[in-house]
Amino acid sequence: MMEFPEDLRYTKEHEWLRTDGTDAVVGITDFAQDALGDVVFVELPAVGAQLTCGQTFGVVESNKTVSDLFAPVSGRVLAVNQVLRDEPELVNQDPYGAGWMIRVAPGRREEIDSLLDAAAYRAFVASEQKT
Amino acid sequence: MAAHTPLYDAHRLLGARWTGFAGWEMPLSYRSIAAEHRAVREHCGLFDVSHMGEIELSGPQAGAACQALMVNDVRRLGVGEGQYTLLCNDQGGVLDDLIVFRLDDQRYLLVVNAANATDDLAWIRERAPGDPEIRDRSAELALLALQGPDAEIALRGLTPLDLTMLRPFALMEGLVAGLPAVVCRTGYTGEDGFELLVDAAAARQLWDAVLEAATRRDGLPCGLGARDTLRLEAALPLHGSDMDASTTPLEAGLAWVVKLGKGDFVGRSALVAQAEAGVERRLVGIQLDEPGMPRHGYTLRRNGVTVGSITSGTRSPTLGSFIGLGYVAAGMAAPGTPVEVDVRGRFLPARIVARPFYRRVKRENR
Repeated sequence: MMEFPEDLRYTKEHEWLRTDGTDAVVGITDFAQDALGDVVFVELPAVGAQLTCGQTFGVVESNKTVSDLFAPVSGRVLAVNQVLRDEPELVNQDPYGAGWMIRVAPGRREEIDSLLDAAAYRAFVASEQKT
Repeated sequence: MAAHTPLYDAHRLLGARWTGFAGWEMPLSYRSIAAEHRAVREHCGLFDVSHMGEIELSGPQAGAACQALMVNDVRRLGVGEGQYTLLCNDQGGVLDDLIVFRLDDQRYLLVVNAANATDDLAWIRERAPGDPEIRDRSAELALLALQGPDAEIALRGLTPLDLTMLRPFALMEGLVAGLPAVVCRTGYTGEDGFELLVDAAAARQLWDAVLEAATRRDGLPCGLGARDTLRLEAALPLHGSDMDASTTPLEAGLAWVVKLGKGDFVGRSALVAQAEAGVERRLVGIQLDEPGMPRHGYTLRRNGVTVGSITSGTRSPTLGSFIGLGYVAAGMAAPGTPVEVDVRGRFLPARIVARPFYRRVKRENR
């Protein structure tokens, strides 16, 4: 059964965002990792890079496909998950935990407020699966 | 509408995720490619490869027809033996790679790639000398592959056949799980293993029995995803990716299959000419020094100059690094040669390495 934790916010491109104090942590959802299949490579930005909400910040690759990662918020990259370089399978195994991708200092709080909540994202995924 | 094998329902019940392959809807994986890959390297894994084609040539002229159409020497086969071989066109280009088995004196069974089965059949009908009977058995036969170091011990309990006597590329006919089957010691994973030919109507019964035996040995059902990563580690080329009608066996590292001295066959004169002139490019193994997925068509450079391209690649679950096959100019095919892979604009350092990337360690006294 797919999980969409209640305390996260979501994008229609299947990223999640967790607010952690003043920081935001970003990864891809259980739905996204399941659709990708075995993740074999994650390309992430450099620490210090400036992200623009809605723009690509990296790439996730599975055996079958290459997908862009889209920034759920604007802001500066504070940290990236270096462990994914050697263990990209963590994105499959623990998408909301050890499979996190970047930590960001969000520039504009209102961008976070406009993201989907768990119920809205769950409904969005259900509508995507029907089409 | 995609084609389905007789085991479609079994895969659905196992929760397969699907992939399209040559017009077939096939299991990509059931849980994870990496776990299935590991099961085959350490224990065993069961694959449905019923999408592959089976073509039977029979009659007094069947052997001579195989000899004229294929690059390997079919006269070396005794009854019950098989060999890896190729169909080439007149230019020496590879139309397909296949295994040919000699079922009896005048009967040969060809197991061919799913993507080429229709074209192979047409080619054989058009070009076979003499008048052998040519029968497409693809729809009536299912093909299961049980692969891995524990494949023999898992299968042993299901059959009265003495599998210890079954040599690589040989076959035996007999009962498996009470069902008439042909057991071949062949595969596409770099491990010991078997491929089981069975009537399509009995496929489900055989699958269930072999899967249960495999599961008792910590085996897993495996999809085409693991089949691809396994064959890549073993550096076994995939027709349609690593070779096709525009590449010759000499370029694809398959000169050992081509018996130029056996007498005439389709493509021979072109291959003799190329053997004398030397090849301009060679299929090589490539290992990346940094993470990045090499995919079919990605450019290979050396000192800023394009020297070839990737034909297939993956993250090797066994090595943990990224590997690929690709063609480079013949002059720089030596293992150790540094190259760069253009991974969507990132030029990643890599080296040409000896094939295979993975070689199984034979385990005794199991």
